[in-house]
Amino acid sequence: MAKIIVVTSGKGGVGKTTSTAAIGAGLAMRGKKTVVIDFDVGLRNLDMIMGCERRVVFDFINVIQGDAKLKQALITDRRLENLAVLPTSQTRDKDALTQEGVGKVLDELRKDFDYIICDSPAGIERGAHLAMYYADEAVVVTNPEVSSVRDSDRVLGLLASKTRRAEKGDGGVPAHLLLSRYDPARVARGEMMKMEDILEILSIPLLGIIPESPAVLKASNLGTPVTFDTKSNAGRAYEDAVSRLIGEQVEMKMQALEKPGLFSRLLRRTA
Amino acid sequence: MLSLFRRTRPQGSTADAAKERLQILLQHERGDRATPDCLPQLQKEILAVIERYMRVGDDHVDIKLERGDELSTLEINIELPGARALTTRGAA
Repeated sequence: MAKIIVVTSGKGGVGKTTSTAAIGAGLAMRGKKTVVIDFDVGLRNLDMIMGCERRVVFDFINVIQGDAKLKQALITDRRLENLAVLPTSQTRDKDALTQEGVGKVLDELRKDFDYIICDSPAGIERGAHLAMYYADEAVVVTNPEVSSVRDSDRVLGLLASKTRRAEKGDGGVPAHLLLSRYDPARVARGEMMKMEDILEILSIPLLGIIPESPAVLKASNLGTPVTFDTKSNAGRAYEDAVSRLIGEQVEMKMQALEKPGLFSRLLRRTA
Repeated sequence: MLSLFRRTRPQGSTADAAKERLQILLQHERGDRATPDCLPQLQKEILAVIERYMRVGDDHVDIKLERGDELSTLEINIELPGARALTTRGAA
């Protein structure tokens, strides 16, 4: 049975698209048939982060409006054949998404994929609402920063009340916390909230901690999900998060806690 | 050490790759803005022309696009039903 996972946050710029690409690639690397869907209509970017921006022909909105078949809009990843991207429209606006249309596309995808990862736009408007509406689970991406934590709390409220699971009385969409841009050195100096404090405030289970890492920008420059960079801290942290997402018990290693020496830092950069 | 050497030369850096990808993409997107979404229409019209001569289902059309710097390629594959499919359909 396919699982629909929404990657959401409320706040913009915290790493939703990076995380969608990284989790999607990580699941595919584990042999799961995975599709990542861009819900940010009018501001599509998942295609760039996945590196397939030059191959977009039809999109999610074309499929919803009956102008193209789902099969035609799906772009198969060139690195992993069990990974696909469903890009959104760059020219329409979010009103082109309808609840019924999104539901139909997701039902069709359920037949062919093990995991359907919905990349939510920032905010809590229509696009964000429809990205979470049909979800079985949610990954809430949060930065250790007051506005991000506050917006995550707001989004948790919506996951618990404005989703199909909530309407059916299933208690809303279960959410996992993905703490990103975490800098253990700043936490140690007391300049950044620590993971335990954020968990205490949001009180949802922790899926992973992604350290602040130069590998993330490098991956986006190249259009390669950071999970493929298996030597980077961030790539390994996403790998661990993916293992937990599929139900494996993985110890919560703080990838960046050991402060690397100059030499190993240089070596890591070559990777 | 190779990395130190490589970083002294900006060519081939990931930043350059990012710039090049953006230049190619934005060039196309700015051009496309004048004629949004012509591809669904193109597909319909191509199918209509082909259907005048032979039988095809719109499930069997595959359109691929690759945007490049110097040139882009549009690849349209239309799968035609084989003889057996045609005779069974004819009998039905």
